Amino acid sequence: MKSTRLLAWLAIAIGAIYFIVPLIGTFEFSLRMRRGEYSFDAYQSVFSDIQFRTTFGFSMLMALFTIIFGMLLVVPTAYWVRLRLPKMRPVVEFITLLPLVIPAIVIVFGYLRLYNSSSFLPLTNSTSGTNMLLVFSYMTLSLPYMYRAVDTAMRMIDVGTLTEAAESLGARWPTILFRCIFPNVMSGVLSGAFITFAIVMGEFTMASLLNRPAFGPYLQLVGANKAYEPSALAIIAFAITWLSMGLLQLVSRFQKTAPVKA
Amino acid sequence: MSTRALGRRIGAQPFAKGALSSVPARIASVAFLSKVLVSRHFPDVARSMSHSALIDRRTVIDWLGIAPFMIFALLFLILPTLYLVTGAFFNPQGEFTLKNIADLFSPNILSAYWISIRVSFASSLGGAVIGFFLAWAIVMGGLPRPIRSGLLTFSGVASNFAGVPLAFAFIATLGRTGLVTVLLRDMIGFNLYSTGFNLLSFFGLTITYMFFQIPLMVLILTPALDGMKKEWREASEILGASTWQYWRMIALPILWPSLLGTTLLLFANAFGAIATAYALTGSSLNIVPILLYAQIRGDVLHNPNLGYALALGMIVITGLSNVLYIWLRSRAERWQK
Repeated sequence: MKSTRLLAWLAIAIGAIYFIVPLIGTFEFSLRMRRGEYSFDAYQSVFSDIQFRTTFGFSMLMALFTIIFGMLLVVPTAYWVRLRLPKMRPVVEFITLLPLVIPAIVIVFGYLRLYNSSSFLPLTNSTSGTNMLLVFSYMTLSLPYMYRAVDTAMRMIDVGTLTEAAESLGARWPTILFRCIFPNVMSGVLSGAFITFAIVMGEFTMASLLNRPAFGPYLQLVGANKAYEPSALAIIAFAITWLSMGLLQLVSRFQKTAPVKA
Repeated sequence: MSTRALGRRIGAQPFAKGALSSVPARIASVAFLSKVLVSRHFPDVARSMSHSALIDRRTVIDWLGIAPFMIFALLFLILPTLYLVTGAFFNPQGEFTLKNIADLFSPNILSAYWISIRVSFASSLGGAVIGFFLAWAIVMGGLPRPIRSGLLTFSGVASNFAGVPLAFAFIATLGRTGLVTVLLRDMIGFNLYSTGFNLLSFFGLTITYMFFQIPLMVLILTPALDGMKKEWREASEILGASTWQYWRMIALPILWPSLLGTTLLLFANAFGAIATAYALTGSSLNIVPILLYAQIRGDVLHNPNLGYALALGMIVITGLSNVLYIWLRSRAERWQK
């Protein structure tokens, strides 16, 4: 038994070194901008860059739209499938898993061919159209995570009884959906939202090929042209991921300890 | 639970009062309730009732409910993919041909696929082995509880920390002036780059990919290891089996579908990834996603339909590994009931 524990500690130690050293390395590198001493100059340079602010803001906005429209699509669908079309569940689940199977670069390649200026739906003709296409592409990318999160939350509540109760009290469909179902699956909606946020903020392929000024392509550009700023940006990006995942953990813990409240 | 309590639970009090005070609404709700009761207890009656009404109005509404989702999936997931898949079998003049598929086997493209497959294979195998030991350590190693939750939380973060920033992190660590490179040189006089190591190569890319592969393995495998029953171990010990025999004859035969399946998932995961590789190596390492990226940007293959074939090849490879993964997972779940 003792040797087992020793081996286990060894495994954890190797894992910890592998995971922590790159983070320390990145942090140390980001402090090296001023010669001979450590300073936060690289961070200052990043934060004062006007492009950083605009691209960051743009990606935030895209993430927000993705979360809102994604949830408006996913929650009613998951609800409806559980309530009325349980036999369609495998099909819908399979579709939501497809974005994990088809690489993102292939999906966006298809968009560029299907929605170019000479197609039936020329979305890439205008800036707003391309932005819409970008939001749709992010919705597609986050579909597996959003659907999973919402569906798990929906398993915990009795959708059928809730609906019948609401209907017998005279509620119409919008009321049922937005005042009964949404509040009850809020934990799932939030976890889906956080993971979507983490995905969208760093996403590179879609934004780059659709030529939109998002945070991912900006990171790549800085990486190709500057020395110390990329490390500072990597630390910032890691902090964003931590933040989203930390909030996600918090939400799921909250969901476990305090189930559906009034 | 009483209706009242239900009403409170769903926050329905306000409209409940108004609705039940009007006679038509009350009749409607009674009608609805009776319909529910009928359909619950007398399914046959309910069926004939709905038949005598409009021609399956309910069924139509049922399908309308998921129409938005289906339209979305069709427009932004299925049609774009089908467009490329069918495009791979036509030439620019619109005639059917298999030439594009045959052209995939030209040396340039074949070598791109080969490097991609090697990187994905090496990083998924490395990720699987190290991830397995980490998952084993937190499940069966008898470590304190906080280590388990700490590692799982960190894995959740690290498996999502991919893309461009990950490349920056490894350049800052193992690049020519990275922390580890410099420390090794100054402290023990070991020059990493004189050994032929290069971060912008097959080996460097593999190490970098493993940073998100290992956590993914830990996340997927921990539940599988949790499902290993203590009784199996005890039973084997009572029968005189050694630890080695327990692993070889009991644990691994049960775990292999999970292990192999997850490795395949990691493989597909690495195969489709582009941002990390692009930020790390620019276009110097010729892997399939980067080749496809260049093709989309500027038709470097001088044949748009060959680009579709390239995409088709990617779908086939990631699709195959995912199908195998799903099949193996269904096998693995037999033991987890």
